[in-house]
Order: sequence, then structure tokens, then C-alpha cells
Amino acid sequence: MSGLHRSPLIVGLLGLLGLALVLELAVSQGLIKDFIVPRPSDAIMAVGQVHEDMNLIGNFFVTLGMTAASTLLALLIGIPFGYFLYRNARFGVAYEGWLAAAFAAPTVLLYPLFLVMFGRTHLTLIAMGFIPGAIPIIIQTRQGLLGVPRTLMNVGQSFNLSDREMFWKIQLPSAVPTIFTGIRIGVMYTLVNIVAIEYLIDFGGLGRIVSEMFFRFDAPGTYASIIAVVFVSVFFYWGFGRIEKWLRPV
Amino acid sequence: MVKASVTQTKSTAAKGSDDRAIFRIRALTVVGALLVWEGIALLGRLDILYADVVPSTWVIIVAIVTEFTLASFYRDFGITFAEHIVGFIVGSFIAIALGIAMGANELLRKSLEPYLNAIGSTPKIIFLPILFLIFGTGIESKMAKGAMSAFFPVVFSTALGMVLIPPTLIRVGRSFNLTTRQMISKIYLPAMVNPVITGLRLGMAITVIGVLVAELKFADGGLGYRLGLYYEQFQIAPMYAVIIIIFAIAAFANVGMTRLQDRANRHMAPTTTKGKKARASASGGLGVVATN
Repeated sequence: MSGLHRSPLIVGLLGLLGLALVLELAVSQGLIKDFIVPRPSDAIMAVGQVHEDMNLIGNFFVTLGMTAASTLLALLIGIPFGYFLYRNARFGVAYEGWLAAAFAAPTVLLYPLFLVMFGRTHLTLIAMGFIPGAIPIIIQTRQGLLGVPRTLMNVGQSFNLSDREMFWKIQLPSAVPTIFTGIRIGVMYTLVNIVAIEYLIDFGGLGRIVSEMFFRFDAPGTYASIIAVVFVSVFFYWGFGRIEKWLRPV
Repeated sequence: MVKASVTQTKSTAAKGSDDRAIFRIRALTVVGALLVWEGIALLGRLDILYADVVPSTWVIIVAIVTEFTLASFYRDFGITFAEHIVGFIVGSFIAIALGIAMGANELLRKSLEPYLNAIGSTPKIIFLPILFLIFGTGIESKMAKGAMSAFFPVVFSTALGMVLIPPTLIRVGRSFNLTTRQMISKIYLPAMVNPVITGLRLGMAITVIGVLVAELKFADGGLGYRLGLYYEQFQIAPMYAVIIIIFAIAAFANVGMTRLQDRANRHMAPTTTKGKKARASASGGLGVVATN
């Protein structure tokens, strides 16, 4: 037991396996209806079937592509706008509260507006991914540039750097870790929103698969597609977390 | 002395000038946005661009007022409110209990954290089919979705709050031989007020979104259902009206929770040497990535 105490990972895995075993037995014995909760083994085996029927990997790349498009758009607009708010302090102060409020607002509910404007197309998904992605990038870009240590600015001035040189050699490198935090948060919210809208409107990539499996009353397929989405989210969360740690070594 | 007061007057004047400039920027932004909107609406009326998709501001205002005169609006509002409150209370209660357990037991915390982080970062909406299978498509599934949405930010903030409790306070409690229940009520919870309320504030906002999104998918009542119904019937102005009302409700709820947190902070803040409580603000940055 003392060995287990030093291995929370093993304890966690054992717990997960234990839960899966209990569910497997409960469903096999008819204690839980299998059309509500399938046996975990059936759900895992269904991943292959879902991939064959619905091209799981292809749809993963569809979701990934839209996330990338939304993020790129958010970067192209968010970073320059964040820089503008930094350079023009009064605008920065004026919009700061609004941006924070917009970030907390239920922007996912705006999707009917974009459906009406763009129809049931990828443009709607990209627009819905752009909104929650751009806001943290704008906020963190401004915060990152505001947080550049005065000492570094003084060093730049002592070398008589121009404004452009000051930005590229001093301010931007110093602000990159904070800006990347904004990008990480933006990408996560973009992915979440896109998957959510795909599920709601039955269009697109991974989210559509979850909806499709549910409408087919395919419980193992539904759970299998949900497991796939969880893995994708975890992969994104872990990957961006590692990059952020690399950018912030201290 | 005179020089100090002149400097103070100048800085006060400069601050006043900044405040006026900020107000002008905000006012001009709102006016500019309204003008752009009216321009697009006009292009729509002339069949040049987005006909019927962008109604005029006045039409939307009339739609908002009309919504408040309809009995069905209050029925739907009541349904959403009930789903939200029940989901939030159930989810928060379970989250606080688990958060305290995780904070008190390092092995439990480190074992559960990877799985909670994994599910916490996943769009919770994809679990809706499971909730519909278990609870059906009635209000129970929306309450369950609300509970799921509220759970994650509250459990993370509670666990963190527990971990950050000063060890001195815990030792004081143990030195008085407090029972577990007394430790929770007299030591843990008072010490964790700020992080728990932060988590509750975030959880409340996310619960609103979770419940509304669940109503959009499958429901026969609620504000989310109402929004979806207007979209399907192509009643654009009422659709905008419901969206604006929902955003306003979410904003009010957030302001209310922020004020509650500010009050809790003032109550818990240490007294300064001049006998005044140190000011604290609940307004935070982006913080935890909490998904709906």
C-alpha cells in the first residue's frame, strides 16, 4: 500500500479499470440496460466500426482544419488588435472590460445568427470558432506587451533602437509567453465551440459523428465517438500545455 | 505643500480627462456599431445584402418588449431558471464535497486530477447523448447537464483552495481536537471562501451556457428551446431578442456573483494598521480554461 501511495498514476489507472470492470459486469448481468450504457468492451471495439462507417480520422482532420482556420483568423486579427490596444492606452482601458465580458458571455448561442447568414456550411463553424478564439488572444497580447519589464525597455533605449526594432527585438520576444497563453486558451475554446456546433447542427467533423451515432440508436458507437472526442481534447490540452511550458522555462 | 497640491490637482485633472476620453471612445463605438448595423439592415431592405437576416435596431427593440409581454416567455424563463438552479446546486454540492476530499488527500487528488482535467477540457456538450439516454429528453437531462457544467470549475477551485489553506490554521484546529465536521465548518470552508466563490461564479456562468445548449438540442421548453424555435420558424427579430435577453441575464448573474465575491473578500480581508479593511476585487483575468 505504501508503494501505491507513491504512484497516484497507477492508483488512478486501477480505479479506472475497476470502474470499467464493474460496468462490464453490471451490463452483462442486466443490472444496467445496454442501450443506455453499453459494456465498456463493446464501446472500445466500436471505435473501429465507427471509423469504418464514419471515417473517424478523416472527420478528425475536418474538425482540426476548421480549428486551424479559426485560430489563424483569430491570430491575424487578434494580435494586431491587441497591439493597437497596447499602443493606444485609452482604447485599451475602454475595451478591456467589454472584452472580458464578451469572453464570459454565452457566445455559442450566436450560432443561429451565423446559420442564417452563412447557412449550414463550414463558414458558420469557422465564424463560431473565431469569436471565442480571438478574445483571449487580444487580451493576452495587450497584457503581454504591457508586462514587458521596464529594464528591458531601458536597455533597448540605451542602444537607440527604433520603434520597430524595439518591438521586434525587445517587446515581442518578452511578450511571447503571455501571448501564447492567450493562443492556448483561444485554441481550446475554438475547438470546444466548433465541436459543440458540429454536434448541434449535425454538420462538420467529430461533433457530427457523435450526433449521428445517437440518432442511429447505436449506443456503443455513441460512446466510442465520445471517447474519440475526449482523446482529441486531451491531446490538444496536453500538447499546448507542453509548448507553453517550453516557452516559460522558469 | 502648495507644489504637492498643484501636482495632485494636475494628476486629478489628467485622470478626469482620461475618463472622459474613455467614455467618448465607448460611446462612439456603440454609436458606430449601431450605424453599421442599421446600414446592413438598410442594404437588406433594399435586397442588396442579407435580406431579412439583419433587422433594424428598432424592430429588435420592439421584439424584446413584445417578448416580455408574452406569457410563454415567462414559462420558458421559469423552465430554464429551474434547470439552472437545480443543476448548479447539485453540481456545486458534489464538487465542493469532492474538492474538499481531494484537497485533504494528496493520493486521491493526484489520482483523480488527470481524469478530471481530461473530461474538464472536453466540450461537455458531447456527453449530452449519454444524459439523454439516462434521463430522457425532459428537464432532468438539462439539470444533469447543468450539474455537469457546474461541477468542473467548482471542484478544481475547491481542491486548490483546500491545498492553499495555511497549515497553521489546520494545526490550530487539530490542537483543539475538532471533529472532521468541525474542521470542515470552522477551518476549511471559511479559509476557502474566496477560491470557492470564484469557482461558483465561473460555474454559474458555465451552467447557464450548458443548460441553454442542451435545450437547443432537445427540449420542449426553456429559453434555449425558444431560441431554436424562432430560428426554425425564421422569426429573426424575436430570435435576436431572445439572444440579447439571454446575454443580459448572463451578464447580471456574473455581476451579482462578482459583487458577492467582493463582499466576501472585504469580510475576509485583514484589517490594516489604520483599522480599515484592505480592498480586494474579484475581477480576474482569464484563468482556468473551463468549457461548457
